[in-house]
Amino acid sequence: MKRVTEYLKSLLLLELAAGLWVTLKYLFKPKYTLRFPMETIPRSVRFRGLHALRRYPNGEERCIACKLCEAVCPALAITIDSAPRASDGQRRTTRYDIDLFKCIYCGFCEESCPVDSIVLTDILEYHMERRGENVITKPQLLAMGDRFEKSIAANRAQDAAYR
Amino acid sequence: MADSIDQAGEIRSYTMNFGPQHPAAHGVLRLVMEMEGETIIRIDPHVGLLHRGTEKLAESKPFNHSIGYMDRLDYVSMMCNEHAYVRAIEQLVGVTPPERALWIRTLFDEVTRILNHLMWIGSNALDLGAMAVFLYAFREREELMDVYEAVSGTRMHATYYRPGGVYRDLPAKMIQYKESRWHKGKDLKRMNAWREGSMLDYLEAFARDFQHKVDEYEELLTDNRIWKQRTVDIGIVSPEQAYALGMTGPMLRGSGIEWDLRKKQPYAKYAEVDFDIPVGTHGDCYDRYLVRVNEMRQSGRIILQCVDWLKKNPGPVMIENYKVAPPKREDMKESMEALIHWFKLFTEGFSVPAGETYAAVEAPKGEFGCYMISDGANKPFRVHLRAPGFAHLSSINETTAGHMLPDVVAMIGTYDLVFGEVDR
Repeated sequence: MKRVTEYLKSLLLLELAAGLWVTLKYLFKPKYTLRFPMETIPRSVRFRGLHALRRYPNGEERCIACKLCEAVCPALAITIDSAPRASDGQRRTTRYDIDLFKCIYCGFCEESCPVDSIVLTDILEYHMERRGENVITKPQLLAMGDRFEKSIAANRAQDAAYR
Repeated sequence: MADSIDQAGEIRSYTMNFGPQHPAAHGVLRLVMEMEGETIIRIDPHVGLLHRGTEKLAESKPFNHSIGYMDRLDYVSMMCNEHAYVRAIEQLVGVTPPERALWIRTLFDEVTRILNHLMWIGSNALDLGAMAVFLYAFREREELMDVYEAVSGTRMHATYYRPGGVYRDLPAKMIQYKESRWHKGKDLKRMNAWREGSMLDYLEAFARDFQHKVDEYEELLTDNRIWKQRTVDIGIVSPEQAYALGMTGPMLRGSGIEWDLRKKQPYAKYAEVDFDIPVGTHGDCYDRYLVRVNEMRQSGRIILQCVDWLKKNPGPVMIENYKVAPPKREDMKESMEALIHWFKLFTEGFSVPAGETYAAVEAPKGEFGCYMISDGANKPFRVHLRAPGFAHLSSINETTAGHMLPDVVAMIGTYDLVFGEVDR
């Protein structure tokens, strides 16, 4: 008897039909996918994307060239030169380069920064068009910081309790 | 060509190359196969095409700097690799993370196991001709990657475990979908249904629902005749063979040996959670499939237990030993002492007492171990990583010779190879 039922099950393709039923059900369910460029998946406040250098509210750059980020970078992606600033003799960076090809986005630079200057923003869509553009310089980083300061500050504020 | 035709004009065995760029090779695997018609006589894996020298690189960096590189070994079970490395450091330094950190690690090891097995079930089924499973498996992967992102900030390379605990506590708010032209109102509410509460609420909802999702994968594969034709009796590994070939993880359990480091040498909080070790009987690809599917269910069970504990017991997630772990950010801004620790720790790291140790975790693919020698400096003297995939791949001649060419694809799938860890 068992063999007969087994044979019938096999003949009627029952297990294949069961599999097809699963896929058929999904045909009528709401789609899981999003229309990517127009809408994106939610992004965490801790997201580690493109880098930026921040400024204090009075416009003064935060970075004091302590070079902690340079020391802590596992990929040696950060290069810093520093000198006293001509106007007031404060210690500042004269060069702050990040090689985006070397960077592994581990977030150690942000973690180590004692003045919250270097941050990883939640920007993940960016590209380069010419050779050499992978090295982003200090003016570019500061411009990023200026442009996205609002969202950077909001994300840091939301996560402040955990840091 | 001349070699393969003997004097009587008969065609003898010939050599065929599989990979290094082959869609079914799961990365950069090159197999040199000696074939007799469509039957394989001898199979010779060539590895090293993705060699990045992680072990050697680790010798040139302070201990913490290599955590991020551990993610990139087996890049589908990221946090388990970190766990082995971080445990090795902890054993040498002699620190124990706080309870909550250990529970978080247990939780994320299991999340990682599900991530890995979903990748495996999807790609293995895809290799053998079942496209749909891949799509469903990646849907669930997406949900778990959101969890990764919520705690660590990245979807894959987390750098979340640290010697002495984990980097940050679990977030109280889960990230939510934003309104758009295509998703609003009721639709948006449905998408955010699990995301109303904390990350733990989200994981709990996921783990409960996940059992039904596994039912669906099983519906699609377990009884499916094509799937069975491709996997039953393919690559049988006897228990003795499995021991002799140094197999671990599902490869060993598929052969009926009940060996799981989580039970036999418990680490983190595995001694306190309740779960079963699924084992196979026959040791073929189909049994290993069943073992892995069951492991996903067990992982779901463990996740629920971890979520339960973590909800009830708030507390620190990092030790307060400023020689190993940095002080709190606010303290650093106020206290000179903390600032000094901060600078010392981030510039030169910490020195680890001289000695050697081996720390292993039950990674989704098998035993992932980290053997570490320290000479007392702030960098490891030597790090060796025991990757399960390497041991498994080296047995491919024993398991696959005598099979047909398409069975190689089934075997590579069942080995669950990731070349990040095989080549290191």
